[in-house]
Amino acid sequence: MILLDQIKSRIETAIAGARLAIIRNDSPSAQHSLRVDNEHAVAVARFLRDDPDLRLDYCSNVTGVDWLDAEISEKVKVKKVLDGIEKEVEEVKKAKRLGHLEAVYHLYSMELKHGPVIVRLRTENRTDKTHVPSLTPVWRGAEYQEREIYDLYGIAFDGHPDLRRILMWDGFQDYPMRKDYVEPDDYEYEPTPHDRVLEKAKRHHPQEAKP
Amino acid sequence: MDEGLRSELSKQGIFTTTLEEIYNWGRKNSIWPLQFGLACCAIEMIATTMARYDLARFGAEIFRPSPRQADLMIVAGTVTKKMAPQVVRLYNQMPEPKYVIAMGACAISGGPFKQGYNVLKGIDRYIPVDVHIPGCPPRPEALIHAFMTLQKQIGEQKLTGNGRPRHLDADAPSEFPVPRFGEHDLVPSKNPDVWKPPTLNRHA
Repeated sequence: MILLDQIKSRIETAIAGARLAIIRNDSPSAQHSLRVDNEHAVAVARFLRDDPDLRLDYCSNVTGVDWLDAEISEKVKVKKVLDGIEKEVEEVKKAKRLGHLEAVYHLYSMELKHGPVIVRLRTENRTDKTHVPSLTPVWRGAEYQEREIYDLYGIAFDGHPDLRRILMWDGFQDYPMRKDYVEPDDYEYEPTPHDRVLEKAKRHHPQEAKP
Repeated sequence: MDEGLRSELSKQGIFTTTLEEIYNWGRKNSIWPLQFGLACCAIEMIATTMARYDLARFGAEIFRPSPRQADLMIVAGTVTKKMAPQVVRLYNQMPEPKYVIAMGACAISGGPFKQGYNVLKGIDRYIPVDVHIPGCPPRPEALIHAFMTLQKQIGEQKLTGNGRPRHLDADAPSEFPVPRFGEHDLVPSKNPDVWKPPTLNRHA
């Protein structure tokens, strides 16, 4: 199995102008992933599938992730001169992250028996620019899963052969898997309400609020 | 008719009955269910009809694939919001007298999916249900028990006066409005003529 850094440099030599980024995963699984820019995504996918050393011919899973607007704080070690002595001081760096949606592809090779290589595509934001290129022309098996992401997250896949809702009905307006989705309020009764259900219960049956 | 006299007559080989009794007896012993299943409860329903549990002993072995020939709708499984209008439409297409058994946690309340966005929280929000069976899924014995409960209900129906069955009451509704697919939910989200939210009575 080739390391992700090697894959990245090989793509960069093969496809001019492709902007890639490796997203580290520091958990024990160490499943790092490769973010690909939208303009070159289809070309990169073709390369991953057809390159004789990679042959990632099997797209096992496609899923979506919803990233809300957030403030990310990161601890950085900075060298500073304090009272004439150079010291290493930890500083908290804060950065704003604009909310966006992500489509995540898990790729394996049936032929060379390796994988997974994880590819991420990103939309510009969560509201109006929610387009990414479809990889269904490269891996046919992604068709229904991309439709499901379109249905539940609202990512529009350009170049998809049949982009319709798959689980909810046509005319449904919401995207239920988004983090800010509010489901219709048809609460009736719950014998042991707690957390968010308890809040609903209090709204519907004010006597629930009493201790 | 006096019960003692009746028993005395039957000892002499004379059988007496009422029209109501023989009419209900005939109805309750030839209930034909509609052949459809929605989820895993349907597997238990199928098992109920097969040789081991043998629903045929109760006169209900003929599962009809057409709603026009069915008397009983066994709602066996999760009713998603996308499926709900079709279930109500099937119910509307059944001729009177017709009955509904809601089988399993999903069909009676939404079950494990109750807090979700895509499952109907009980089919009794749109159509009148005669017998509810709890369980996930209920065993075939539970379905047979529900069936016997329904037979008992039919056997006790009075054919005249208040509370007579719907098919003998010209004013009683036989069809119920089919919900539409709305932008966020089914419209309406419940039929207030059929279903009212339970009133909570909890003592502190």
